[in-house]
Amino acid sequence: MIAFPWITLLTTVPIVGALVLLVLGGRNKNLARWSALAFSFVALVLTLILWRHFDPASGSLQFQERHAWISTLGVEYHVGIDGLGLLMLLLSSIVVPIGMVASWQIKERVPLYYSLILILQACLFGTFTALNFFHWFIFWELSLIPAFFLIRLWGGPRRTSASTQFLVYTMVGSITLLLAFIAIFLATKKFDFIDLAALAQNGQLMPAVIGKLAWHRFTPEHVALFLFAGAFLGFAVKVPIFPFHTWLPSAYCEAPTGTTILLTGAMSKMGVYGFLRILLPIFGAQMQVVLTPLLWMAVATIVLSAYAALAQKDLKRIFAYSSINHLGYCLLGIFAAVKFTGGDTALIAEKYAAMNGVFLQMFNHALTASTLFWFVAMLEKRSGGLRGLDDFGGLRKVAPVFTGLMGIALFSTLGLPGLNGFIGEFLIFKGSFPLATWATSLSVLGLLATAIFILGILQRVFSGPLNERWAGLPDLTAGERLALAPAILLMFVLGLYPQIVLGAINNTVMQAVQHLQF
Amino acid sequence: MIWIVQNLWLVPALPVFAAGIGALLRQRDRMAAATLAIGSLSVSFLLSLCAFLHVLANHGGQQVLTFNFRWFQFGNEWVKLGWMLDPLTALMLLMVTFVGLLIFIYSVGYMAHDDNFTRFFCFMALFAGAMLGVVIANSFLLLFMCWEIVGLTSYLLIGFWYNRPKAAAAAKKAFIVTKIGDLAFLLGMVWLYAKTGTLLFYDGGAGCLEHSALAHLVAQSTVLGLTASTGIALLIFCGAAGKSGQVSLHVWLPDAMEGPTPVSALIHAATMVAAGVFLVARIYPLMSAQAGFSLTPAIALQVVTWTGAITAVFAALIAVAQFDIKRILAYSTISQLGYMMMGLGVGGVAVGMFHLITHAFFKSLLFLGAGSIIHGCNGEQDIRRMGGLRGLMPITFAAYAVGMLALCGFPLLSGFWSKDEVLRAAHAWSTSQAPFYLGVFGALLTAFYMTRQVYYVFGGSSRLPESSRDLLQTSNSTNSSHVPASPHESPAVMTVPLVILAAFAMLLGFIGTPAWPWFQSFLDGKQTTFSFAAFYGFGVLPVMLTSSLLVFVGLGLGWWFYERKPVGSANDVDELDKLQPLIFTFLGHALYVDALYGATLVRLNAWWAKVCDWLDRWVWNGAVQTVSYLVLVVAWLNNFFDASVVNSGFDEGCEGVSRGGQILSLLQGGQVQSYMAVIGCALIALVMFLLWGAKL
Repeated sequence: MIAFPWITLLTTVPIVGALVLLVLGGRNKNLARWSALAFSFVALVLTLILWRHFDPASGSLQFQERHAWISTLGVEYHVGIDGLGLLMLLLSSIVVPIGMVASWQIKERVPLYYSLILILQACLFGTFTALNFFHWFIFWELSLIPAFFLIRLWGGPRRTSASTQFLVYTMVGSITLLLAFIAIFLATKKFDFIDLAALAQNGQLMPAVIGKLAWHRFTPEHVALFLFAGAFLGFAVKVPIFPFHTWLPSAYCEAPTGTTILLTGAMSKMGVYGFLRILLPIFGAQMQVVLTPLLWMAVATIVLSAYAALAQKDLKRIFAYSSINHLGYCLLGIFAAVKFTGGDTALIAEKYAAMNGVFLQMFNHALTASTLFWFVAMLEKRSGGLRGLDDFGGLRKVAPVFTGLMGIALFSTLGLPGLNGFIGEFLIFKGSFPLATWATSLSVLGLLATAIFILGILQRVFSGPLNERWAGLPDLTAGERLALAPAILLMFVLGLYPQIVLGAINNTVMQAVQHLQF
Repeated sequence: MIWIVQNLWLVPALPVFAAGIGALLRQRDRMAAATLAIGSLSVSFLLSLCAFLHVLANHGGQQVLTFNFRWFQFGNEWVKLGWMLDPLTALMLLMVTFVGLLIFIYSVGYMAHDDNFTRFFCFMALFAGAMLGVVIANSFLLLFMCWEIVGLTSYLLIGFWYNRPKAAAAAKKAFIVTKIGDLAFLLGMVWLYAKTGTLLFYDGGAGCLEHSALAHLVAQSTVLGLTASTGIALLIFCGAAGKSGQVSLHVWLPDAMEGPTPVSALIHAATMVAAGVFLVARIYPLMSAQAGFSLTPAIALQVVTWTGAITAVFAALIAVAQFDIKRILAYSTISQLGYMMMGLGVGGVAVGMFHLITHAFFKSLLFLGAGSIIHGCNGEQDIRRMGGLRGLMPITFAAYAVGMLALCGFPLLSGFWSKDEVLRAAHAWSTSQAPFYLGVFGALLTAFYMTRQVYYVFGGSSRLPESSRDLLQTSNSTNSSHVPASPHESPAVMTVPLVILAAFAMLLGFIGTPAWPWFQSFLDGKQTTFSFAAFYGFGVLPVMLTSSLLVFVGLGLGWWFYERKPVGSANDVDELDKLQPLIFTFLGHALYVDALYGATLVRLNAWWAKVCDWLDRWVWNGAVQTVSYLVLVVAWLNNFFDASVVNSGFDEGCEGVSRGGQILSLLQGGQVQSYMAVIGCALIALVMFLLWGAKL
């Protein structure tokens, strides 16, 4: 099995799909939709095969492929997945078909739309499997292009500024990231994440940088922090972390809802993934130095975004802020796990808990947020694009199944036990509390605000007397129910038996945490 | 392993399973839904009975039987869940399944006209399952999960008539207020987890309620000089206070009466609101933990006592001035929950739990009675518009009277014995006598406001306005032909549960009298002895006589105000209102706590949301926009400089060259004719020149 280039195959499938769609697209919209969906299903099946053959007991990199590429620049084609990569592949493969189905109502340039989604999927796969900075960065940057055009061409009324801000803002972050890595490369002649992590582990990385670059009067600590800041900005914008988040609400809001699903479900995970794959192993020591401000940024991300969501009137904006809030919990868990604890084994166990929670939360958020935006798409389809909090009222009367199923997704966002959202949050809180007590205690305010706006949605959209305008609003069709069923079922399964995910990632988490013990 | 312990999970699982199927049923499968819910709960009841009998047979032996299992792993550890069987669990299981079953049966009649009958039983079954889960949980985590699901079902059922804006608002309020307590609970739980490394209550010596963990907790001090055990216990108590409507977090419970009355009876009187009390009883070793031996009780228990005592009087005062039949009962419930908390604080698990169990019976009886009254009066809930129902609804009246007397603590009825236990323990409390006096005052108020209510509802003559007799029972009802025009007795499916509950409300107290404290011994694992001599123990008879006396005073005052001069019409001013209009208004508005919260916390919350939004739009986004505008300005300046300064000089030069080029380019038009012409002309000129020159 090892010899077979599964990962390359996986990345190639959506690219082939995109090309096929572009070449044969023509006018048949349904053909384009179904064939795009078929390609994404092939990708899903391939991911499931990877999952099936993944050895959770080892937790280290598997399915590796390593080929020389541009040896003078230290560039290799090096891919592989561990528990983290596998999880990311799984969530991308789940989110993309959801995004495709939720985009069914798109009428213009359908083949182009779907081929852009497939290209985006290929970029996601590439980003989540690459182990060499060079082609990782290519995929990372390339993913912006389809996302930009998806917003720019099919977006809402203010799509121009939203897409431009999205592109430029993310690009600025990427440039600082690139500069940091070029500096590191000039010093070490290495682009490979694994090699760089090993150097950082030995404490050789930053002395090497300062030795080669010889910036006078700067200590290695300063240079290291400077490089860290560059890399951090790239990921901070992508996640996003307060206060680098302002591109997100307008981008999510203006994007066609199917694209929003991709943005929130998969692309926002690229940032968190970057933290876990790149920042933690390579810049762990620097994160410890600035841990306190980082923790407060996480708390601000959690609390302020939840409260900002409370003030919104547009369902998509609410869920956009909610999305920031949920990723804030991931950051809290990551930062808490970075804290220097010496050899205290009890606290290392807390780090395991927090990091397992982070991984699980990423997956859960992908599932729940995608499903919620999917419901918004279905609502928009029925209301002719309206999605304001006060545009509806009493919908439960005409659309009880819609209300019930969306209610399940909403309560999953709220973190109700028994549904998927709870376990991740519980583990993050459980692990972070002893490591960062006050930050964690303040973060529960985010949970409270989330509860308030989720119930506000249920109250204002679905309860109360029926708004007569929507008396004829159709409930979910049989097809929609069937399409939603796997997502809803997965929420229950993960809520009741999270071991299926945790079992696959636990050893990766343990290795990641052990690498943090400097 | 004993069969019943191993399979105890079936008790909550069956109703949850029934709810799962019920969720998939169609709206018209009414009988199937009710049968599923009632059937599953009956089986749960039988299993609970087995469990109870097992504990009874095992009495004096091993107190706690557990079954733990692994749920998921992180690092090298597994998160374990489990369930347990001890006397406390057995009692609660029996109470919840039995009262639940009666209320389910009653609901078949009460909800008969409702369109969403199927959904109602689905939610009720889910509630029963989650509540039973709380009861059997042997792990904080499992308890918390079930606790939250209980909160969810409470939310769903309060907002059951979702098209009423008030119901939707009340549901939201209930969820959020209890959520505030639950967040503290969550923090307490993760704190405990960090300190003890386990969330199992009992785990063969390694559980967090067992000796080694507690010894570890009391040895550590944290902020404000509290021990870790106190800090954790207080945080968890916040959760209990939220669920059990203790003062400051009680505001949701009166509003929760927007739900259908069986919901109020089951969830907001008998079981869910008592879950907070149960939680304190469950974690009593943690609540009472302190280092060494001390004469003063643990700080956490003192907080519990004071909270309970204040709540008991606070809510009873408000109940005096209410006019909605269900709101009176709701405030009464809050007040009684205060007694239970106080009982736990001053007297221990048995005292608090005894009142919990008796209260569950007589309060659900009262709520079901109120439901029967509301049903009979076509949805009227204002006691000023009732009256004279004694003759029209005789069974309901008899049952209601029993429940009311039991609640008041009328001698020999169940409430008398259990409330007396609480008061006696408060009397013997070493720290302060104030809770005892508060409790006694509360008992007086209880007797008074219940008498007032009963005279309003059943005494005098009917004041039901003609117009409301034609009203539909609920706006959800479709079948108006079933609703008769005048007050009427409810069908047997509703009255039979009333009668059964009434019997229990009368007799249940005899299992825990001072002479034969079976209940207390059952919980403590001791042997019960029968002895009348116990009545002559310290403080037993004086307290008993005091509380009986006050009950009679309360009943007498009620008679004085409301029976001597029966209420004439619905618009009459209340006697107390005439006496003390200011205080009455103040109490009638529930001491303006809601208004206070609305003016402070709610507004603060909304304001803070606005601030966050504003920061987002103007500060964070503003900074980004400013940077982008600066970039644009720089770009424009650059362009201007290029175009006007650098380029213009360059352009001038270029222009010159270009013009020259243009002229020159005329010479190279690319047209062969013109070349030929020029060549021809030149040739001619040359020839001419040569000819001319030759001549010269």
